[in-house]
Amino acid sequence: MLRYSVRRLLQLVVVLAVLSLLLFAWLRALPGGPVSALLGERATEESRRNLRAQLGLDEPIFVQYAKFVGRILSGDFGISTGVQTGDSAVEIFFRRFPATIELAVLAILIAVAVGIPLGYFAARRRDSILDNASVVSSLIGVAVPVFFLAYLLKYVFAVKLGWLPPSGRQSTDLDATRVTGFFILDGLLTREWDAALDAFEHLILPAIALATIPFAVVFRITRAAVLDVLNEDYVRTARAKGLTASVIRGRHVLRNAMLPVVTTIGLQIGALLAGAVLTEKVFAYPGLGEALAVGFQKRDYPVLQLLILTAAIVYVLVNLTVDLSYAVIDPRVRTR
Amino acid sequence: MTPPTKSRLGKVAVAVLAGAVALTVTACAESGRGDGNQPPGGQAKTGGTMTFGAAGAPETFDPFYATDGETFRVTRQIYDGLVTFKPGTADVAPALAESWESNADGTAWTFKLRSGVKFHDGTDFNADAVCANFKRMYDQKGAGQSESVTTYWIDNLGPGFSDGAKPSLYKGCTVKDPTTVMLEVNNSTSKMPSILGLPAFSMQSPAAMEKYDANNVKAQGDSFSYPAYALEHPTGTGPFKFSKYDKGNNTIELVRNENYWGDVSLDKLVFKIIPDETARKQELQAGTIDGFDFPSPADWENLKKDGFNVQVRPAFNILYLGITEKNNPALKDLRVRKALAYAINRDQIVKSQLPEGASVATQFIPNTVDGYNGDLKPYPYDPEKAKSLLTEAGASNLAVNFYWPSEVTRPYMPNPRDIFGSIQADLQKVGITVNPITKPWNGGYLDDVDEARADLFLLGWTGDYNTEDNFIGSFFGSPTNRFYTVDTFGKELSDMIKKADAEPDAAKRVQMYKDLNRKIMEDYLPAVPISHSPPALVTSKKVQNLIPSPLTAEEFNTVTLS
Repeated sequence: MLRYSVRRLLQLVVVLAVLSLLLFAWLRALPGGPVSALLGERATEESRRNLRAQLGLDEPIFVQYAKFVGRILSGDFGISTGVQTGDSAVEIFFRRFPATIELAVLAILIAVAVGIPLGYFAARRRDSILDNASVVSSLIGVAVPVFFLAYLLKYVFAVKLGWLPPSGRQSTDLDATRVTGFFILDGLLTREWDAALDAFEHLILPAIALATIPFAVVFRITRAAVLDVLNEDYVRTARAKGLTASVIRGRHVLRNAMLPVVTTIGLQIGALLAGAVLTEKVFAYPGLGEALAVGFQKRDYPVLQLLILTAAIVYVLVNLTVDLSYAVIDPRVRTR
Repeated sequence: MTPPTKSRLGKVAVAVLAGAVALTVTACAESGRGDGNQPPGGQAKTGGTMTFGAAGAPETFDPFYATDGETFRVTRQIYDGLVTFKPGTADVAPALAESWESNADGTAWTFKLRSGVKFHDGTDFNADAVCANFKRMYDQKGAGQSESVTTYWIDNLGPGFSDGAKPSLYKGCTVKDPTTVMLEVNNSTSKMPSILGLPAFSMQSPAAMEKYDANNVKAQGDSFSYPAYALEHPTGTGPFKFSKYDKGNNTIELVRNENYWGDVSLDKLVFKIIPDETARKQELQAGTIDGFDFPSPADWENLKKDGFNVQVRPAFNILYLGITEKNNPALKDLRVRKALAYAINRDQIVKSQLPEGASVATQFIPNTVDGYNGDLKPYPYDPEKAKSLLTEAGASNLAVNFYWPSEVTRPYMPNPRDIFGSIQADLQKVGITVNPITKPWNGGYLDDVDEARADLFLLGWTGDYNTEDNFIGSFFGSPTNRFYTVDTFGKELSDMIKKADAEPDAAKRVQMYKDLNRKIMEDYLPAVPISHSPPALVTSKKVQNLIPSPLTAEEFNTVTLS
């Protein structure tokens, strides 16, 4: 087991090295670059050439890459050129990470809290009005572009009704204390209840927009799983044994149906982070997704490199954990 | 009653533990709120708070190291220059200097300073502070001499620094007495003293700059690192003092400078960074911001109908069709370039693509600049004339790579796609084959244009101050320019522009520029001027007395809230 684990960890290092090289080369192969963003329309050919030389962008790509790796190994991921000029990419990451986590958590809670009960009841009342309406709404959830839904939600609930703030993360006049960077938690910790409530209100619309796709997926998987389980022999047996309907539903149907649902929720968390790019941009919500959108527009290499590489590392580590757990469960895997 | 089972006991224990942890943590975190709604350092007036939606984050709070409008919008409120621009115009006006005069050849400028002015850190603004500022600018080393860090110095008072590696316009600063200072330049230029009103040359506290290591800018990896002064401790004499930059919430807060030498009404001025234009509009409609810049002209009418105040600025800009002679020899022929001018229906573009108040450009400067030649008429729309000129030049089968930018709107070019579409159709009508190429503004467009890969391109300029040189000097002042006229008339034109700029007699200089504008349009035509287009800003009805600036350089100290 130890040898297997070491082997997999070494593979991980190789994967990350290749990944970082590909990412580095890809970003620099994109048209444009930080020189355009820094100099703008005042640039001359000479000023571009000088700046490129000053930033080392005129050196061969492998030389640039070697320097980049050297800096990373010393913990320097570079300074932002566009998202927050002058701040280190690492600072930007840690400042924005809590924002995206707050948003993603609320979105997944909404998706689960609405998707599972609705899926369950839709399955139990198959072909009823509730079932058909739910299926249609889940289809809409998948089909409607997030940005359209986002603008619509803002228009109705912020502009027309004035119930919720249209964008941002917290009202500008609150003078809230920052402790952890999780604004709701900070409000609770410092007993600034108005700040916590305000941060929560700012989360509602973007979280609903972000939750639509996971909601649709969770709903459909729950519905399908419950339908499958309802037809299982053991459910029929339970009924025959005279168990009450609530015991059958709670202990036998829902619990067994939850296995694929839980797996799906796990997969959706990754998709949520991807969906956050668009949602955060439209809601001017200062999280990692917005940083990626602005970073891409301004060709902010340091920020893009760190954010994309971190996402890739998380993905690879999750896969590694799964592989290692398979190895624990099934010894045959270790010998392959 | 049944005894508690082991698992129930476990759950209770976990709940109690979680509660205890939460209480402990809660007890540890103190609220940092002070008297947050009062402006620090003085009696609370009733000026209120104005929140303005900014399209991007400022690069830095040290305007000397900045190049972008979002930075200048903020720093303009924190700092003053020796001179400023008369509200609502691009004309120079007194600021920290109450008056000035130059010697006969325009190389020595003596400024009489306002007395009793203090920086936000309480230190005195005086002649010593002025010279300390210019010395700091001139003494930049290393990364401080980079094209992207001290762009405005290099373009206006440089290009060189005190190390003498390159010549510079700036020569020196002399303290005459505490309220009198003399600035010397190596040659006369029409840009003096207007350039001193640029935010980059604002007066900053020498004590704060030293304390927070203001010159410590470094190249690091693919970018630059800035010192604490530029990021957290900007210290000027302006109407607002820097309070905080809440990066987690994308907001910058300034508070009123109680000791400001001029008038200021607002208690607080907040800039909320909202990169998405529709999001800015919806924030205004929801009442969570009080204004934003550059609303799309397509939205002007609806915003007005909704009760918002769309303030249209005077058009102090130019949109032109750039021509690069490098890769398409036919474009070196003046007749071909004139054919392009005759082929484009600029009246139609102005009427159908640009906002109300836009006008056809007859030359490369707007009509509010002194050297504007009122006798020049625009090239009329004359497709037949265009065709005959092309035939005469042997370019009937002319084919061009025509670039237009995506993912951008500029004050002078609100909708690049539509403007491109109109020009493309006009060129095709006279038999020119157009190969359209579009790239994102920062995603290859500016690179390709500046590296002479485009035959034709759309670009423009918003003036920094009211001189001819700020327009035509920026475009054609160097023989190596983006029109690639280096092999043809680039040097000749550049020399004439430099000569006009160096003429100290204002009347003579204006005449020289008028003549120059005629020559550019008739003898060279390195590009085709298209239009001047007025950009707007929009505010809620409660915002009063915000004076729109043709330089897009509004000062918020005049604002009152109803």
